[in-house]
Amino acid sequence: MENEQLLEVKKLQTYFTLRKWGFLRVGEVKAVDGVDFDLRRGEAVSVVGESGCGKSTLAKTILALEQPTGGQVYFNGKAIDITDKEHLEWYRSQVGYVQQDPYGALPPFMTVRRILEEPMVINGIKDHKERERRIYQVLEDLKMTPVKEFINKFPHMLSGGQQQRGVIARSKILEPSLLVADEPVSMLDPSVRVEILELLRKLQLDYNLGVIYITHDLSTVRYFSERIFVMYGGKLIEKGEVEDILANPSHPYTRALLEAISDPDPENVNTFKKVPPGEPPSLASPPPGCRFHPRCPDFIEGKCEKEVPPEYELGGEHKVSCWLYEKEG
Amino acid sequence: MNTQNDQFRVENLYLSFSTRRGTVQAVEDVTFTMNRGQTMVLVGESGCGKTSLGRAILRLLPRNVQDYRGKVFLNSQDIMKLSREKFRREIRWKKIAMVPQAAMNSLNPVIKVSEQVIEPLIKRGTGRERRKAMEKAREVFQLVGVPQDFLERYPFELSGGMRQRVILAMALITNPDLVILDEPTSALDLLTQANIMNVLKRIKQERGFTFILITHDIATSSELADLAGIMYAGQLVEFSRAYNLFREPFHPYSRKLMASVPSLQEKKELEYLPGQPPSLLEPPQTCRFLDRCPDSFERCEQEPPVIEVKEGHQVKCWLYK
Ligand SMILES: Nc1ncnc2c1ncn2[C@@H]1O[C@H](COP(=O)(O)OP(=O)(O)OP(=O)(O)O)[C@@H](O)[C@H]1O
Ligand SMILES: Nc1ncnc2c1ncn2[C@@H]1O[C@H](COP(=O)(O)OP(=O)(O)OP(=O)(O)O)[C@@H](O)[C@H]1O
Ligand SMILES: [Mg+2]
Ligand SMILES: [Mg+2]
Repeated sequence: MENEQLLEVKKLQTYFTLRKWGFLRVGEVKAVDGVDFDLRRGEAVSVVGESGCGKSTLAKTILALEQPTGGQVYFNGKAIDITDKEHLEWYRSQVGYVQQDPYGALPPFMTVRRILEEPMVINGIKDHKERERRIYQVLEDLKMTPVKEFINKFPHMLSGGQQQRGVIARSKILEPSLLVADEPVSMLDPSVRVEILELLRKLQLDYNLGVIYITHDLSTVRYFSERIFVMYGGKLIEKGEVEDILANPSHPYTRALLEAISDPDPENVNTFKKVPPGEPPSLASPPPGCRFHPRCPDFIEGKCEKEVPPEYELGGEHKVSCWLYEKEG
Repeated sequence: MNTQNDQFRVENLYLSFSTRRGTVQAVEDVTFTMNRGQTMVLVGESGCGKTSLGRAILRLLPRNVQDYRGKVFLNSQDIMKLSREKFRREIRWKKIAMVPQAAMNSLNPVIKVSEQVIEPLIKRGTGRERRKAMEKAREVFQLVGVPQDFLERYPFELSGGMRQRVILAMALITNPDLVILDEPTSALDLLTQANIMNVLKRIKQERGFTFILITHDIATSSELADLAGIMYAGQLVEFSRAYNLFREPFHPYSRKLMASVPSLQEKKELEYLPGQPPSLLEPPQTCRFLDRCPDSFERCEQEPPVIEVKEGHQVKCWLYK
C-alpha cells in the first residue's frame, strides 16, 4: 500500500557548528530549527522567506545533502537513514533537485546529452535506447525543441532561460516523485520567469510530482502552488492554503511581507509602505522567545520575548506560530 | 508650462561598441524629455541597453566605443558639446550622479564610511573643506535614514540595506540635478527593498530630486514612477506618463511585458513572451520586435518611426501610424 503522504518532515533541525582554528567550537548557526510539515503525493508547496532564513538548508536537509542535527524525514512512510548508503542512493534517485543559481549549475564542458545521460549511467540504466528515449522525452517536456538542435549544445550556447530548463531537465531525468526547486527563476528575466514556472507546473500535474518550490518572491506563488509555508529565522511561522494566506495573513511577519509587495499600480506613487523596523535575526544568536518579536508591531510584553510560541490551528490547513492566537487555539 | 530651463532632454542618442564579432548597437536613437522633480523608470529585458543608456548620459564609456553621438540638454545646455575635462569637472557627479548596478558591493570594506562619502566633495582635503564636507555628509545621512554614527563605521559592519543607503547618500551629497539609479534594490530582500523605495519616495517628495530609475522589476517601479520608458533591443519603443504604461500600454511589447507581471491582488492569467530578443550585433533593419509580435503586418518589415500618439506619449510602432 502506498502512503498518501509523499513526504513527512518531523521536528527537523539543522545546526551548523562554528569553529575557530578548525576545531574549537565557538557557537552554532540554527539554520533549520524545528520544522514540521507533510507533503501529499502530487502536491506543490512554496516556502517563502527572506535571504538567510534557512530555506536552502531546509531543502538540502530534506534531500539528505545536509545531515540533520535533530528530527526526521520520512519518504513514502520510510525514515531516511543517512548512514545506509544503499538506501540513500535509492532515495536520491527518487528526488530531483533544482539548485539555486542556474548559471553555475551545469558543467560547462559537457553537452546537454551528456549532462542528462550521466545520472542515468550512475543509476544503472544500461539500456542505451531507454536513455535516449528519456532524454528526448524530457527535452520535449521542457520545450527544448527541436531536440536535435539542443542535444549537442554546451551550456554557454544556451540563454539563461534555456540553461534553467536544462537544470530542470536534469532533475527530472530519473523520473522522481519529488522535486525540490530552490529559487528556480530568481536569476531570470521576468518575461522568462513565467514561462519556466508554467513548465514546472505542467510537469507537476502531468507526472503527479510532489514539488517544494523555494522562493523569496511571494508574488509568483499563487500561480504555482497549493500551499504556502512562511519561513522566518529557521522556523515555519505560518502555513496554509495559498488563498487563505493571501486573504487572511495571520502572522505579523506574513502581513509585513504581503504589505511590502507592490502590485503594478500607478497609484502606488502616493502611498508609503509599512515596513517593520530592524533586520532579520542572526541565526547564530537568535533572539529569545519568538524570533520576530524585536520587529513585531503586535509584540506582547512578558510573553513574546520569553517563550517560543506554539503552533495554533486557525481552521483547515491554516496554522500559525504566534502568541496573538493563544486564546483561539 | 515648464520652461526649457526646467527640463532634462535626450535627443537622438546613440551608443555602440565595437567587438571582434561586429558592432553592438546598445543605444539607438533614444529621445525623451522629463521635467525637474519627475522620476522616469526605464524598464526592459536583460541586455536591452538600460545600463548603456545611463552610462551614455553620464559619459561613462568603456574603451571599445564605436559610435557615440546625440544631444543631452541639462538646464538648456547641450552637455554633449562640453569638452571631456569640462564635463568631468562640472557635470559628472556634480550635476548628474549615478548609483551603479550592484554598487553596494563596491564600497571599500576597510575604509571608513565617512571618508568614502565625502570623497566627491573634497578636492584638496584642507581642514576647513573637510569640516564642511562632513557636515554635508551628516545631512545626507539624515536624508536617507542612516544613523549618523555609521559615518564612523566600516562598510563590512553594515547590512546590505544600510550599504545601499550609504551609496545613495554618496550620489546625493553634491545635490545633483539628476540622479540615475541602476537597479538600486534588486539585490535586496523584500522588506529592505520596500524600505529603500520608501526612502526614495520621501526624498523625491521633500527635495524634488529628478530620478531615472533603471529596473526590470515593473511592479516595484510603480512605487516611484511619473514617467516610463520601455526599452527593447537598444531602442526606446514607448515613452509616456507612467499611468499609461500601467493601465493602457500601446506598444505590443509593452503590453506583453505588463501581462507577464504577477499580481497578488487579482488572479489574472499570466502571459509570457516566447522567443528571445534579437541580438544587438548588427541588428535587423526591420522592427526589432517583429519575430515575437502578435500584431505584426507587412509594414513591420521596415523600421517603424517614433509616433506621438498623444502629447508626451511616444510609441515606435506602425500600428499607430
Ligand atoms: N555550511 C554552513 N556552515 C555554516 N553556516 C551556514 C552553512 N550553510 C548555511 N549557513 C548559514 O545558515 C543560514 C541559512 O542559510 P540558507 O542558505 O539556508 O538561507 P536561504 O534562506 O537559502 O538564503 P537565500 O535566500 O539567500 O538563499 C545563513 O545564516 C547561512 O549563513
Ligand atoms: N563594453 C561593451 N562591449 C561590448 N558589448 C557591450 C559592452 N557593454 C555592454 N555591452 C552589450 O550591450 C548590450 C546592452 O548592455 P546593458 O548592460 O546596457 O544592458 P542592460 O539593459 O543594462 O541589462 P541588465 O538588465 O542585464 O543589466 C548587451 O548585449 C551587452 O552585452
Ligand atoms: Mg538559498
Ligand atoms: Mg544593466
